[in-house]
Amino acid sequence: MLLNTKHFGNIEIDEKNVISFSEGMPGFEEVKKFILLGGTEENYPFQWLQAVDDAELAFVVVDPKVFKPDYIIDVEDGEVETLNIGNTENIVVLSIVVIPDDITRITANLKAPILINTENNKGKQVILNNSEYNIKHYIIEELHRIGGRK
Amino acid sequence: MLVLTRKKEQSIIIGDDIEITVVDVQGEQVRLGINAPKNVSIYRKEIYLEIQKENRAAAEVKAVSLGEIFKRKE
Repeated sequence: MLLNTKHFGNIEIDEKNVISFSEGMPGFEEVKKFILLGGTEENYPFQWLQAVDDAELAFVVVDPKVFKPDYIIDVEDGEVETLNIGNTENIVVLSIVVIPDDITRITANLKAPILINTENNKGKQVILNNSEYNIKHYIIEELHRIGGRK
Repeated sequence: MLVLTRKKEQSIIIGDDIEITVVDVQGEQVRLGINAPKNVSIYRKEIYLEIQKENRAAAEVKAVSLGEIFKRKE
């Protein structure tokens, strides 16, 4: 299908890659379908999570393990049910990124990661009730430490 | 808003499958126990509002070149 996107214009996507968020996401409860775009070597480690039905809505997301290798989340029973999780190895964990004008102040939301079950392309942004992780986790220092340069 | 007075260890039932129990009361703090179906998401409201706000901020991100943020050392 043809998809109108915020950063890539009109592109052809495979409908089977559409991820279904049955509950939407906090602040965007009515937006139920997204697709991951731009996961290229050049963009590493970032990707876009583009809304399928709203060209203007796209989030930057990142694999938190890239800058925080010890990032661990507790998946609750409710999430296991919502996403029909069979094998946790099929779960992709992503953090939503906020990029302010001062790019060095870029943050990732470790308190509310997105889980995607690649077995059935169901997704959910979960809120970790009992964790010390921050909504605004500054990542630039950690990215540099693992061998990047700005 | 419906307001009910409950004592410690008393509950309220919402619908036919959600039960909220006052587990403990200590001064201004109330501990609540919640029994609900697994598919019902339960959040502390202020945290949920913060996540909403953060998601909205994330959606404001302009047309940045993602490749500029982080480059691997050669």
